[in-house]
Amino acid sequence: MKKSITPWLCLLPAIAFLGVFMVYPLVDVVVYSFEEGYNFASGSFWGTGFYNFSYVLHDPFFIQALKNTFIIVIITVPLSTGIALLISLGLSNIKALRDLFQTVYFLPYVTNTLAVGLVFMILFKKTAYSDGLVSLLIQLFGGPSVDFIDGPYWAKMFVMCFYTIWVVMPFKILILTSALASVDPVYYKAAQVDATPKWRVFFKITLPMISPMVFYLVITGFIGAFKAYSDEVALFGTNLNAAGMNTIVGYVYDMLYGNSGGYPSYASAAALILFAIVFTITTINLMVSRKTVYYQ
Amino acid sequence: MKTKAGRIVNYILLSLWGLIVLFPFYWMILTSVKGYGAYNSEYVPKFFTLSPTMENYITAFTAVPLAKYFLNTFIFTVITTLLMMVVVILSAFAFARLSFKGKDLVFSLFLSLMMIPNELVIITNFVTITDLNLRNTFMGLVLPSVTSVFYIYLLKENFEQIPENLYKAAKVDGTSDFGYLIKVMLPISKPTIVTITILKVIECWNSYVWPRLITDDQNYFLVSNGIQEIRENGFGRENVPAMMAAVVVISVPLVVIFLIFRHKIMDGVARGGTKG
Repeated sequence: MKKSITPWLCLLPAIAFLGVFMVYPLVDVVVYSFEEGYNFASGSFWGTGFYNFSYVLHDPFFIQALKNTFIIVIITVPLSTGIALLISLGLSNIKALRDLFQTVYFLPYVTNTLAVGLVFMILFKKTAYSDGLVSLLIQLFGGPSVDFIDGPYWAKMFVMCFYTIWVVMPFKILILTSALASVDPVYYKAAQVDATPKWRVFFKITLPMISPMVFYLVITGFIGAFKAYSDEVALFGTNLNAAGMNTIVGYVYDMLYGNSGGYPSYASAAALILFAIVFTITTINLMVSRKTVYYQ
Repeated sequence: MKTKAGRIVNYILLSLWGLIVLFPFYWMILTSVKGYGAYNSEYVPKFFTLSPTMENYITAFTAVPLAKYFLNTFIFTVITTLLMMVVVILSAFAFARLSFKGKDLVFSLFLSLMMIPNELVIITNFVTITDLNLRNTFMGLVLPSVTSVFYIYLLKENFEQIPENLYKAAKVDGTSDFGYLIKVMLPISKPTIVTITILKVIECWNSYVWPRLITDDQNYFLVSNGIQEIRENGFGRENVPAMMAAVVVISVPLVVIFLIFRHKIMDGVARGGTKG
C-alpha cells in the first residue's frame, strides 16, 4: 500500500506547480483571448468572439512591433549563425590560446543583459557632452554624426541587431565548436589522401556532418529572436512604443502592465498570434531540414 | 607559406571578435573609475584614465538602494534554486527509480510541457499572483519558477545511469527509498546537480520580465529592475560614471562564478541550456 503512494508523493510538488503555473494558464490564455471587453478589476466581459484578435491586428503599435520583430529575426538569425560558424571554424584550426578565446567568447552568456545593454547605450548615444564613441569613430572616417539611440529608425535597428548578435553569439559558438570537435577525423584523413581542396572538404564533409547542430541553432535562433524583448529594454528603456522599437513580446507585456493599465484579453490574443507565427516558422524549418540536414 | 599567412589572418579575426566581446567590459570599468566632472568634460572619450577614483562606487551604493537590490536578488536566487532542486530531485527520483502505474504517460506529459513558451502562460500567472495578493512579495517572485521540466529530464537521465544493482543491494540492507536517494544517488550525481544549480543561479540573477511584472515597489526590485530604475530615474542628472559603477557591481558576481566553474557551465549549456 505504502509502496504505491511514494512515487506520487515525490511527484506531487512538480505536478502541483506545473498544473497551476503551466497547464491551467495554457487553457486560460485561450479563454481570455475570446472574452471581449474583459475588465480586469471586476472580472466581467460582454461577449465572446474574435474582437480581441481584430483589435490587436489593427493596433498600429502591434503592427510596428510585428515589423520590428521580423526585421530583428531576418537580420540576426542568419548573421549570427554565419559568424558563429566562421569563428568556430577558426577556433578548430588553432591550438595555442584556444581555451582563452573560448572563455572570452562565452562571457556575454553569463552577464546581465540589462546591465551590459547600458554600456552599449553609452557607446552609441549622443548627448550634450559627447557624440558617443561609435559616432565619433564614424566621423573620423568622414561619416555623418549619428545618434543611434534617439536618432533615425535604421540607426536604432542597427544597434538593436548588433547587441542581439553580441548576446546570442556565445551559445552558438559553444554548440558549433563542440559539433566540429566531434566530427570523426577519419573523414579528413581520407580527404587528405585524395588531396581534396579545402573548400570542398568544408562543403562535402564538415558542413554535412555538423548540419544537425547548425539546424538546431537555426530553429532555437528563430524562436529566441521572435521572443526578443529585454535587449530592447536595455537599449531603449521601458517605453518601447515611444522609441518605436517595441517587439511582439514587449507589446504583450505592455498590455499587462505599465501605461496601458492591464488588458489580459488583448495580451492573450497577441501572445497567441506570436505562438502561431513561431509554430508556423518552426514547422517550415522542420520541413526544410528533412531535405537538407544529413543525419548519420 | 600559404598556411602560415592563413594562420595569422585566422588569429587576427579571432582576436577581432575577442575585442568586440571584451570592449564593453573594458569600457564599463574604465568609465566607472572616471570622475563625474572628468567624464563630462571629455568630448572625445579617453581610452584610459590617469586619476582613477572610487567615488562612483560610493555614489552607486548611497544615492540608490543598490545594496537592497543586491540583497533581494540574493534572497530570490537562493530560495528559488533551493526549492527547485527539491522539486526536481524528487520528481527525477520517482521517474528514474520508482515504478508506478502510468509512469510513462506522466513522463510524456511532462516532456510535452517543455514546448510551451513562457510568454503564453505568463499572462495568467500574472493574474493568479495578483489575485492571491502576492504582488511585491518574494512568494510571488519565486513560485512560478520553481519547476523545470528540462532539469527533471536531465537529472532523470543521470539517475538512470546509476547501476540498478546498487539499488537492489540497498534494498537487501533494508535502506529505505529516501535513504538510498540521499546516501547513494545524490553523491553519485553531484556533478549534474552542481551544473543544474549553477545554470539556475545564472537564470535567477538575470531574470527581468517576471520581476518587472510582479513588483512595482522598489523594496522588492531585483538587480535587473534596479538597473532599469537607475537608468530612468537614478542619480538625478545623467551620472554615467555612477551608472557604470552600478553595472560593474551587478556584473561581477556572475563573472566570478563563471571563471571558477567555467568548464561546468559550458558543459551544462552545451547539453541543452538555451538563452532567450
